[in-house]
Amino acid sequence: MEEFLQQLTNGLAVGGIYALIALGYTMVYGVLKLINFAHGDLFTYGAYLGLTLLTSLALTDRVGFALGVLVLVLMVMGLVAILGAMLERAAYRPLRESPRLSAVVSALGASIFLQNTLMLVYGARFQVYPDEILPAATLDVFGLYIPLMRVLIVLASVAMMVALYLFIQKTRIGTAIRAAAIDQSAARLMGIDVNRVILLVFLLGPALGGAAGLMVGLYYGQVNFTMGWVYGMKAFTAAILGGIGNIPGAMVGGLLLGVIEALGAAYVSIAWKDAIAFCVLILILIVRPTGLLGERVADKI
Amino acid sequence: MNRAAWLGTGSCAALFAVAPLFLNTYQVDVLNSIGLYALLALSLNLILGEAGLFNMGHAAFYAMGAYTAAILNTRYQIPILWTLPFSGLAAGLFALAVARPVVHLRGDYLLIVTIGVGEIVRIALVNDVFGITGGANGIFGISRPRLFGWVIRRPEEFFYLIWGFVGLTIFLFLRLKQSRFGRALNYLREDEVAAEGSGINTDHYKLAAFGLGAAWAGMAGTLFAAKMTIISPESFNFWESVVLFMIVILGGAGSIPGVLLAAFLVVGLPELFREFAGARMLVFGLVMMVMMVIRPQGLLPTRGRHFSLAARVKETGR
Repeated sequence: MEEFLQQLTNGLAVGGIYALIALGYTMVYGVLKLINFAHGDLFTYGAYLGLTLLTSLALTDRVGFALGVLVLVLMVMGLVAILGAMLERAAYRPLRESPRLSAVVSALGASIFLQNTLMLVYGARFQVYPDEILPAATLDVFGLYIPLMRVLIVLASVAMMVALYLFIQKTRIGTAIRAAAIDQSAARLMGIDVNRVILLVFLLGPALGGAAGLMVGLYYGQVNFTMGWVYGMKAFTAAILGGIGNIPGAMVGGLLLGVIEALGAAYVSIAWKDAIAFCVLILILIVRPTGLLGERVADKI
Repeated sequence: MNRAAWLGTGSCAALFAVAPLFLNTYQVDVLNSIGLYALLALSLNLILGEAGLFNMGHAAFYAMGAYTAAILNTRYQIPILWTLPFSGLAAGLFALAVARPVVHLRGDYLLIVTIGVGEIVRIALVNDVFGITGGANGIFGISRPRLFGWVIRRPEEFFYLIWGFVGLTIFLFLRLKQSRFGRALNYLREDEVAAEGSGINTDHYKLAAFGLGAAWAGMAGTLFAAKMTIISPESFNFWESVVLFMIVILGGAGSIPGVLLAAFLVVGLPELFREFAGARMLVFGLVMMVMMVIRPQGLLPTRGRHFSLAARVKETGR
């Protein structure tokens, strides 16, 4: 039972990270019907920028751990959001009227480009987050000792998801995003600036993805320039699992996939851990391509 | 093709055939790699270029072939070139089994699924599935190929084996392109609904393209195993699939000359600029983005089919 609960909470933490990345995929897909392959690499940028800012600014020494990490998260989110907007401008906007394949290939190219820029700047080896900055504290929850970082990640990811959900559902801008996702030309006729909506989506998604990257760095303590595509693929699986284009779906899919993977790794086989998500992906596409919560089916997959 | 084009192509081929006489061993070895990639890209071209099915797990089929050849050779002492049909068959059947449930998926979903398949195959190989793949170390001690009693060992000898196979592939695939089958695939790529409406069994043709392309990649895997004498899962990782995908897109989907040219550029150019080897993938990524904006049809796109009415009238007399 102890082990089960440990794996479950671990799965929820990883799942929260998947969900945050998955939101980026699902929002872009909702508006542009495009799989943003470079999203996973924006996530990696979050992890690397977080590392650089953490070590070079020594924020946690100056203003204390809690405030330091909060400032760090905000800085990383801001920077990765800018990067996301630049990506949209350079790789996707020129291809908006082109056939699907062109945009997909351009997305892949952007992914490769971003990944290799990181490699050339930081080197190909694993980069380690300094462990003296991070508290190794554990929380005692009814006799179960859970690392503090795990709890923080679950809380932070849930908080961000709730904030995004409220933003999309309750504000005027959120309504514009939803309208553009349903029908772009109709939204344009209603006076919505679709270009700005797309730009906003490419700010919001990467911001969340960047935060997720920082979380992975803080949780596992090490980052690698290729990790974006594994996490990206898994988060994409999560988005499909919940129903692509569907924001609550991405959240549910992410948490579910994290738990499935953690339990599968613990009870089935650790060596096949990375294959679990891909099997889930293939199964869901065969059995229920619209995903668990995918009620909104624009066209046949 | 007219006579001048035939002459040009013929003389280029002849010049290429004597190239090993003037090049050093390293250069010939580079040409051999280009040949293997050209072979793989031609096989992927059948799936991605002719039928328009986004397959980014081609390395999985390549791996199936290479491992089938290596296992048959090291365990059962079957001469490596005799394993060619078996590795083709294994890769083809595997592709059919994998593609059967997913082949109807729309483009980018198929892309994701094939990436997933490629990864699952690689993880299975690393985990020494069925205890026969040798885990992360792979399989070594694959014997040298023997052709009519002649043991192929030096790069110059492999040059003729590999490029001979490339030549055969080009000939067969050109014939296939002209056939009813090739036309059906192109129709499918351009407009699936219209193709289905004209009585083309789309799933059947898609599967056939997948199976045939994968079988060819499997045979290329045999040649790879024979050339390296050692294979490991890392030779078949995701980036191999990406590079192959890129060769086809860069050259022009469905264009055999384009694919050949792109194989030379993508595999050969990094060898010329070795000091920038680290930036190889960076440049690839950038090229993919820029190409899609300025020349999405590829370097040497196909010109489409032309049928002359006058010639047809003369032929049938009506």
